[in-house]
Amino acid sequence: MRKIYLDHNATTPVHPEIREAIEPYLSEQFGNPSSIHWAGRDVRKEVEDARKEIASFFGCQPLEVVFTSSGTESDNLALKGVAFRKGNAGKHIVTSQVEHPAVMNSCRFLEAKGFRVTYVPVNRYGIVEPDSVRKALTPDTVLVSVMYANNETGSVMPIPEIGEIVRNAGVLMHTDAVQAAGKIPIDFAALPVDMLTFSGHKVNALKGAGGLVIRKGIELEALIHGGHQERGRRGGTENVVGIITMGKAFQLLRTGMEEEVAGIRRLRDKFEKGLFGRIPELVLNGHPTERLPNTVNISFRFVEGEAMLLNLDMMGIACSSGSACTSGSLEPSPILMAMGADPTDSQGALRFSLGLGNTEADVEYAIDAIETVVNKLRALSPLYPGAKEAKAR
Amino acid sequence: MRGKRILAAMSGGVDSSVAALLLQRQGWEVIGISMDLYDFSKVTKNREGTCCSLDDLYDARRVCDTLHIPYYVLNLRDEFRREVIDPFVREYSTGRTPNPCILCNEHLKFRALLRKADELGAEGVATGHYAVIRREPSGRCRLFAAPDESKDQSYFLFSLDSERLRRIHFPVGEMRKDEVRRIAEAAGLPVFEKRESQDICFVTDHSYTEFLNRSGIEEKEGQFLDRAGNVLGTHKGVLRFTVGQRKGLGIAAKEPLYVVAIDAEKNAIILGTEDETLSVSTRVGRFSFVSGISPAREFRATVKVRFRHPGADATVHMEGDHFRVVFDSPQRSVTPGQALVLYEGKEVLGGGWIECESASRS
Repeated sequence: MRKIYLDHNATTPVHPEIREAIEPYLSEQFGNPSSIHWAGRDVRKEVEDARKEIASFFGCQPLEVVFTSSGTESDNLALKGVAFRKGNAGKHIVTSQVEHPAVMNSCRFLEAKGFRVTYVPVNRYGIVEPDSVRKALTPDTVLVSVMYANNETGSVMPIPEIGEIVRNAGVLMHTDAVQAAGKIPIDFAALPVDMLTFSGHKVNALKGAGGLVIRKGIELEALIHGGHQERGRRGGTENVVGIITMGKAFQLLRTGMEEEVAGIRRLRDKFEKGLFGRIPELVLNGHPTERLPNTVNISFRFVEGEAMLLNLDMMGIACSSGSACTSGSLEPSPILMAMGADPTDSQGALRFSLGLGNTEADVEYAIDAIETVVNKLRALSPLYPGAKEAKAR
Repeated sequence: MRGKRILAAMSGGVDSSVAALLLQRQGWEVIGISMDLYDFSKVTKNREGTCCSLDDLYDARRVCDTLHIPYYVLNLRDEFRREVIDPFVREYSTGRTPNPCILCNEHLKFRALLRKADELGAEGVATGHYAVIRREPSGRCRLFAAPDESKDQSYFLFSLDSERLRRIHFPVGEMRKDEVRRIAEAAGLPVFEKRESQDICFVTDHSYTEFLNRSGIEEKEGQFLDRAGNVLGTHKGVLRFTVGQRKGLGIAAKEPLYVVAIDAEKNAIILGTEDETLSVSTRVGRFSFVSGISPAREFRATVKVRFRHPGADATVHMEGDHFRVVFDSPQRSVTPGQALVLYEGKEVLGGGWIECESASRS
């Protein structure tokens, strides 16, 4: 069966160049970066080189980069680290209604610990408007956390504007840039943001490594206590191989992002145009232009996203729908709900996210398959006005 | 050549796991399915993170991994609330003792899942039930009790008609449990030693009253009455009682007292002697027949008035939108809200739901 992967916002395959580069670290280069001797030194150098590459990519200082296990851990560190350190100065946090569960559930945890959290709404494109953040700020606010781009819709938030407002109010600003990093230009030096979350496996590195850029001078409470790694901000022996692959990935992106993104955007646009041209009753979820170049989220009216997803899976096409809950079943997307989308339409929403390795032929095959599945399911749907015609075809 | 596709409903238990395995051996393209019916985290106290239902889904997934078949968890929470939980709560609050498992079979396993089968291009749905479907050359399907009487689940399946049975498969239906376990063990399925699950799945901490309280049904103290309306004492709420119950009444009397009826309107529990729990006949509504029609206006059948009831001979009188069952000898604890299932020998003819108070002998 032909397999086509259109779920790069979930995770990405490892870049072939990166796969080759890690071979030595799976064999002779095995040292612990904290060791004084040659074995540790060699590996320590690689970890620090990776830190430098990542700093160059984001436009920050190497020592502003703290390695963690994941985007989720980075978000936890940013939110809880600030809350625990600044809790005496104020007990109010501002975030949005469309954040990743890592931010959302950290906020819920902090609410249980006595913090107040304001979840600002989004407009119908899923974008947080700077004014709603301004209105949410109180004298008690210690942190604002708004994602750079949304994982489900790809909508890009006006982080420079929001950051400006937050900075002028003297409040710390965090952004989860896990989806944005590597897809749109980010210059931390010029950005009024104090902390920025990134992850390796969304940019063709290995799973298990992420990081938080923390502007110099900002102090956080550590969450993982142990050795002196990451200068005391995150204990535990480094995920050396993961960090090295992440360094390589951002190194490749620093020079090649523009070209790679242009190619992916062309494919995404072809895919989107193909679907809207051939299938009636589609709704685009998210902003038409202020959107990640690889993402398209579409509601297929009169069908359930779950049935679509499973049928496409059986045809070898991987995409995603809403959010999976603990059991692995699908729930209506809180993000589409927050955008004020029609609940029935949201049931039929699918996210396609393109990336390295996708081809024109993939896109064409996927459009055909999706059209077939939609027609089949609409023919079974009692709600679809054209059900009889679709059946007759 | 690729076999025809079928959905195997997987509970994570040994029966449905072996059902999936047997279908695969018969050449079907099997897709493992579990139903996500209920947010168990909301009803399970003091068991944070150890929700039994999630563990079952884990087992089902591991079995499908072993069989190298795809596995999906379908979200059917809305349907489950609408078709099973709400009626369960409603029935209880009207003094009946409902049977949610039959509703779940009727509306979820063999209606919602058949719809999913259509959507996924599958011929039908298979489960690990112990019951037998005979497919006649005419295309008509008949339903029979399992040969292993101790495992027979045909009582829970009476509402399926021939049309639906055509798309349903019970691969372990004619087997014995030890055989099923042996097959699971030989095939290396990780569930062969799992113990039976017995309780109603969504009442996770073994307490109906607590579940019902949480569902918004309040308990009010009420009175124990005898048939003549004399007050015998006070009870803590009608939810705690079922017809035929003897234990937990807390009433001292010369001869043992039993619950003979529940009057939800008056919030009263009617008590009587053992004799008074006997019914000579009962009225059954919302009935259906496997064949689609009743065998005759009046016919003989063996009836089961609850799961595990050994069966009683009776005459059935069709009376429009309900039927009346007249037992050859009076039956104990014929309980409103429970299903009454009609058999002819091993064959399930159909059944319905026991209505209001059954006619007692006195």
